[in-house]
Amino acid sequence: MSVKRIEAVNDFVIKFANVNGSGSASANELFARAFLRMGIPVSPRNIFPSNIQGLPTWYEVRVSENGWLGRRGGCDLMVAMNPQTWAQDLKEIDPGGYLFYDNTKPLPKSRFREDIHVVGMPLTEISNSAYTLPRERQLFKNIIGLGALAALIGLEPEVIAELIGEQYKGKEKLLKPNLNALQLGLNYAREHLKDAIGLKAKRAYAVGEQIFMEGNAATALGCVYGGATVCAWYPITPSSSVAEAFTNYCSKLRVDKDTGKNKFAIIQAEDELASIGIVTGAGWNGARAFTATSGPGISLMSEFIGLAYFAEIPATIIDVQRGGPSTGMPTRTQQSDLLACAYASHGDTKHVLLFPEDPHECFTMAADCLDLAERLQTPVFLMTDLDIGMNHRLCKPLKWDDARRYDRGKVMTAEMLDAGREFARYKDLDGDGIPFRTYPGTHESKGAYFTRGTSKNPSAIYSEAGPDYQYNMQRLLKKHDFAKTLVPKPLLTPSREPARFGAIYYGSTSPSMNEALESLAQQGIFVNALRVRAFPFADEIQDFVHSHSKVFVIEQNRDAQMKTLLVNEAHINPASLVSILHYDGAPITARFITKEISEIAAALNVRPIKRDKAA
Amino acid sequence: MTYLAKPRLHHPTLKKNAVGYTRRDYEGKVSTLCAGCGHDSISAALIEAFWQLDIQPHRVAKLSGIGCSSKTPDYFLGNSHGFNTVHGRMPSVLTGANLANRDLTYIGVSGDGDSASIGLGQFAHVMRRGVNMAYILENNGVYGLTKGQFSATADKGSKAKKGSVNSDSPVDTVSLALLMGATFVARSFSGDKQQLVPLVKAAIAHPGAAFIDVISPCVAFNNHEGSTKSYDYVRAHNEAVNRLDFWPSREAITAEYREGEVIEVAAGAEGGILKLRKLAADYDPSDKISAITHIARAAQKGEVLTGLLYAAPDAEDLHAHLNTYGAAFNTLGAKELCPGSGVLERINASLR
Repeated sequence: MSVKRIEAVNDFVIKFANVNGSGSASANELFARAFLRMGIPVSPRNIFPSNIQGLPTWYEVRVSENGWLGRRGGCDLMVAMNPQTWAQDLKEIDPGGYLFYDNTKPLPKSRFREDIHVVGMPLTEISNSAYTLPRERQLFKNIIGLGALAALIGLEPEVIAELIGEQYKGKEKLLKPNLNALQLGLNYAREHLKDAIGLKAKRAYAVGEQIFMEGNAATALGCVYGGATVCAWYPITPSSSVAEAFTNYCSKLRVDKDTGKNKFAIIQAEDELASIGIVTGAGWNGARAFTATSGPGISLMSEFIGLAYFAEIPATIIDVQRGGPSTGMPTRTQQSDLLACAYASHGDTKHVLLFPEDPHECFTMAADCLDLAERLQTPVFLMTDLDIGMNHRLCKPLKWDDARRYDRGKVMTAEMLDAGREFARYKDLDGDGIPFRTYPGTHESKGAYFTRGTSKNPSAIYSEAGPDYQYNMQRLLKKHDFAKTLVPKPLLTPSREPARFGAIYYGSTSPSMNEALESLAQQGIFVNALRVRAFPFADEIQDFVHSHSKVFVIEQNRDAQMKTLLVNEAHINPASLVSILHYDGAPITARFITKEISEIAAALNVRPIKRDKAA
Repeated sequence: MTYLAKPRLHHPTLKKNAVGYTRRDYEGKVSTLCAGCGHDSISAALIEAFWQLDIQPHRVAKLSGIGCSSKTPDYFLGNSHGFNTVHGRMPSVLTGANLANRDLTYIGVSGDGDSASIGLGQFAHVMRRGVNMAYILENNGVYGLTKGQFSATADKGSKAKKGSVNSDSPVDTVSLALLMGATFVARSFSGDKQQLVPLVKAAIAHPGAAFIDVISPCVAFNNHEGSTKSYDYVRAHNEAVNRLDFWPSREAITAEYREGEVIEVAAGAEGGILKLRKLAADYDPSDKISAITHIARAAQKGEVLTGLLYAAPDAEDLHAHLNTYGAAFNTLGAKELCPGSGVLERINASLR
């Protein structure tokens, strides 16, 4: 029986199944970067456990000359290096796909599948005969495997050698043995595994000016450019690398050349309560401040978030979303904090949320959050997630307009007070719901006020009077409504042909959605797609829903949280929305979206049989 | 009395300090605390201290948590910005405020529930970080605003107004502050203005984390039979020791005593009245280990030391630890903070 053979050039999925702590990460990253150097877009994803050594970890690489950077779904080549997950990993391979494994120890035939192509190589044997130290044997086994894959797939060895050279610049001692190991792998595959795999990399020109960056680093850089001077945080996966990258960038970009002094203050706080407290204090006193956290941190911060909302204090909160509480799934991605953030805290609260799709938007939106927080005098959330935050993603280069000035919002200065301007901390003078504030220490006799949560009149004098409370609550609502004119607008991707269906999506779903829209169009299913980029919702979102018979809402959570927000806050009839939900912890795939939409569309397209009225 | 507005006009002959302010300029709104509350005496001491120190009122930021004590920043320095934050979390807000503008004077006001119970974590960490502030803990061993529950500084064996007996050991905030790295640690008594005002002045002047635990009896919820802090209890024991001038109910509690002397007041250690021993005149407050030993020895004798327990001669604050820029962060704009598009181009190039 001849087994089908997947043949593809620059368009496939390769997955590495490893054990964490085995040194595979560095070889995996070299593999992905080699495609980029050959001008082929690639999108790698780490799927990792809450652990340092010993548990299964995967590295999935989407190669796509067309630039589809989302997960596709399925797997064309599995590099199965973890006996623990062997059976599960084998199942994932598409029929006609390939299994690459270490055949130093022979496995019974029953452990394989008949509808795939098995490519075995004695990696351990080769490594053990070339190296003596156990650590070297393990690490170089990964590089030997990389060499073999390069030969099998057609990655240019010079490109990988160049990348290894960059990695070990200044550490020449390590460079040579790595290059040797690479060569061992190349030689073996060229000799023994000729044309064993039908997936080929071919030099292309599809990467262009794009950059390859982690979302968390981009977020941190956005905070540097956006003028954040105070960062307070508590370690939590997957957000810790935001604060770490901020520390790193600040040490290079924010040290005063003349004095050697830091134009930043970073506090690793004792918990998330203190993190948001520090941010609140700094914001109250006129410095731009942010914290980075994840779902459990949001829960802990909620009391403070409410205070900042009611007392009208700017705060930027980066929420790198993940699976729920405790440990385990929390190192997997989700979009499951929307409701927790939109309504964080006790009392009537509503917060501004921004949804970046990739590192490029993490950068711009982080800076936007800092502006919005001061313009609106309120907490603003950047709703990123593990998929964007902790994976390298190809994206547009970062841009900054040097003419841009920070929007410090309505701050009354000593000069304005001396000129006789009215100051009442919580009074709406301009009709946008936003009052003026003063920084502490502004003026010797005017502008001082006492900051509290709820109980105050428009002049910030203590009051428990009902009308004072209601005035304030209505003004806060007006301010929130005004915010929709300031936040990033939704972006429409119109379908090539007129479409009955619409689709709403946001955040990290974006790249898979883009690919799904193309696959659907090829099937003759045309969908207009609207990417929501912020809450409160722009009016265009309501108009979009009204102009389609059904609108799919694609989300990475169980409870259709965006749909809930749309129904509650944009007054959309729930019957016009159809949820498509993905929440297994892995990033959503293009195949999943395509399948769901095509199935539902087919069902919706069934025309009811006309009854014979004459009968 | 809270319905009476304070007259705004001041007498033209009132004495002014070196920066041109009268003592009245350091006052705030009329207190809404119970008549005779020790906390009001502390507010008065703060007013006096700031006036004497010639600090312009608006250059002070007052922060507090939640509770009776945390209401008091409204009752002094009416021309300063104040912030009534979250229960037990004043230290973090003060830390952030201090980072944003190092040029102001920061005063944190908290209570024993706020600092020793819900806020014990933040209390400890703000001392560790050495935030430049004067942290005043108004300590009465009881929750006032929620009507009489024990706080974590309540004495073991003391009885609440509703009858329950406290079986937990009290938190000693002074020892804790010392161990956590506070560089100025003192204890005083709300009724001892002679001692309190100079301590507050020294705490404000101290360039780091300065902490004063001020014992401040609650006239409303710790004045019943069975409480080791009740007036009756103190009155009964007062006869035995006969040292303290007793106060009539509902009037502020005051006590003056000399260095090395012991008094007993309505805040107590296990099984008795709180015995305050004023540190001897020759006590050396620059020796941290000696301070810890003194506090422990006094505790063994059932006494609580008052006075300046420790002041580090070489204190540094958080800004020094973080090597921060001289100008206040809230004055810096894009010119000072944004690396610009040229740098970003180079970053882009490094990511290809």
